Amino acid sequence: MTAPDRLAEPAASEEERAGQDHFDRIIAEDSRIEPRDWMPAAYRKTLTRQVSQHAHSEIIGMQPEANWITRAPSLKRKSILMAKVQDEAGHGLYLYSAAETLGTPRHELNQQLLEGRAKYSSIFNYPARTWADMGAIGWLVDGAAICNQVPLCRASYGPYGRAMVRICKEESFHQRQGWEILYELSHGTPEQKQMAQDAVNRFYGPALQMFGPPDGDSPHSQQSMAWNIKRFSNDELRQRFVDMMVPQAEALGLTLPDPDLKWNEERGHYDYGALDWNEFKTVLSGAGPCNVQRMQRRRQAHAEGAWVREAAVAYAAKMAERAAEQTEQTERTDRQLIGA
Amino acid sequence: MSFASHDSATKISAGSAISAEEIAASGATAEPDVATYALYLGDDALMLAQRLGWWIARAPELEEDIALSNIALDQLGHARFLLTYAGTAWGKTEDDLAYFRDEEEFRSCRLVEQENGDFGQTIARQLIFSYYQHELFRRLVDSNDATLSAIADKALKEVQYHQDHAAQWVLRLGIGTPESHERMQKGLYYLWPYVDELFHDDDLTRDLSERGIAVLPSSLRADFDRRIAELLAEAELEVPDLPGAWGGDRSGEFSEHRGHILAEMQVLARQHPGATW
Amino acid sequence: MTTDITSTEGTTGTTTEWPLWEVFVRSSRGLSHVHAGSLHAPDATMALRNARDLYTRRNEGTSVWVVPSAVIASSDPDSKGGYFESAQGKAYRHATYYTKSEGVKHL
Repeated sequence: MTAPDRLAEPAASEEERAGQDHFDRIIAEDSRIEPRDWMPAAYRKTLTRQVSQHAHSEIIGMQPEANWITRAPSLKRKSILMAKVQDEAGHGLYLYSAAETLGTPRHELNQQLLEGRAKYSSIFNYPARTWADMGAIGWLVDGAAICNQVPLCRASYGPYGRAMVRICKEESFHQRQGWEILYELSHGTPEQKQMAQDAVNRFYGPALQMFGPPDGDSPHSQQSMAWNIKRFSNDELRQRFVDMMVPQAEALGLTLPDPDLKWNEERGHYDYGALDWNEFKTVLSGAGPCNVQRMQRRRQAHAEGAWVREAAVAYAAKMAERAAEQTEQTERTDRQLIGA
Repeated sequence: MSFASHDSATKISAGSAISAEEIAASGATAEPDVATYALYLGDDALMLAQRLGWWIARAPELEEDIALSNIALDQLGHARFLLTYAGTAWGKTEDDLAYFRDEEEFRSCRLVEQENGDFGQTIARQLIFSYYQHELFRRLVDSNDATLSAIADKALKEVQYHQDHAAQWVLRLGIGTPESHERMQKGLYYLWPYVDELFHDDDLTRDLSERGIAVLPSSLRADFDRRIAELLAEAELEVPDLPGAWGGDRSGEFSEHRGHILAEMQVLARQHPGATW
Repeated sequence: MTTDITSTEGTTGTTTEWPLWEVFVRSSRGLSHVHAGSLHAPDATMALRNARDLYTRRNEGTSVWVVPSAVIASSDPDSKGGYFESAQGKAYRHATYYTKSEGVKHL
């Protein structure tokens, strides 16, 4: 038992070297890694963390919007919002599927979330106080998410890229409906316009923080870019987003809450003011306005659903048992008929 | 934005079916009695959608969040068709009717206004209502009223699925574990007093059904009872033996819950009368 | 309810985890079913319904297959050479290999 095992070790590492070579070649060719390929443990771990956090964000992200489904001010808006929140559940599922191919089952990923061992996007820890927040979340939060996600369609891990393609296709309506909500409000009564401006004021900064810490302060970014998971740096994506948002805000007739925001002819981009990274860290670490509430609701749904999930499993087992009994019965009858 | 995808399984489209906007644009005008009948059906769908909407992000499993929101979206769609059509009689929009009527002006039945309770109670409500709606729309497709017939045609296909969803869960909860069996049975007992009301005939439905426009509610009962009894027997559950709850005939009798549902549903729209969204 | 969130067991001690299923969608008649993704469901009946709700919300399909992920056998990526090398270099299996007939119609 002991001696052959020790002897086998160098062979295993040779296999690993071959695996690493194969992996490196695929990354260098900008091709895709698939679930059963050999991959470095750190690549698997990084992706599992990133994809599951992304999935958790979709699931927790349902809550601030679900909060307004029963109060949506028109039946059309109610339908749109319901369809959008439903999409988010779907996107969470696509992403959990992708994460599961890396070897961790969904219930384990879910446990990590429920026990507070996994993170999700800090943006969803802000309250959705007014109807205009449905607009700001769609336009700014989904806008930032799409900006992040489009390059992820080319992520080196096949299942992740494919999930992102599907998500990006479906999400194109999310940002537009948000912009349209704000457009209606900013062209409505003075109270409605004020509501819209207030929502943009509250969500703009946190939306810019969705791209993550500045490049100098983002330890994992370098490695993720080397692995072709990430294609652009946090700051590059943030700049791209700001440049897109300025004219869209103008078209809405709303202002972006940044006194330092101005066009820089030389750079060909908008300059923008410093973000409050202390706030970001505080919210991400659990002390945001709604962290406790969001987690509580997720835990409650999971705990209260246990008896239902259990019943479905028990039913499946009983039916399988009955089917097996029936087959046996039939076979016995057949044998009797044949006279065997 | 374009995505280079050759994956044919992700081809997406809106499909073709009637929409509330099309009904509004069609120029069809309901006569007042037909409009009131459309409110009976539309208010039921609206209240149920409102109740089901609560489940989103609270369901027992993520897949079920999606299933329940699909059903809620379908019901909301039915409500929009029916309220839009009803509104043509009085020059009102679906939103005028949904957001600016008071409690006593709604015509929903008490069943759809009942609380969600646990998942067993929600499934019990889904079972009763989807089986009833299925019998209703199956016959309403033959209505002399072209708009009601078209709405029923679209809705029937969706309700077939709601019915199946409810039946699948009734089987699983009824047979699954002792706990699920008990919860499912309790849900049925809790809601059974509100079954009779669904099949109550009044002057309006009697008159409209004689004219081939509406379906006489009492004519649906036998099929409903038979099919529910078959399913519950298969699910090892009993059909509750309870009398119908007193009152409730869509003429202004309604549950305590209605006021709460409307308070939540209408609050924002009423804070900004005349606003567009 | 006092169900422990850290437990994967229900109140009677049986597991509450639903198995994984792979979903294949036929987007229109005449085309093959294509792998769309996966989901969890307690049995095949529910897996089909969940697949319909999750993968055909935008009219993507006319038919759906679900297969328990556990029963799919797949080729070993490490022995890629052995599996797929043989098909390489057999250009004579392809019509483009035959050039003498260029210019001859209907061939």
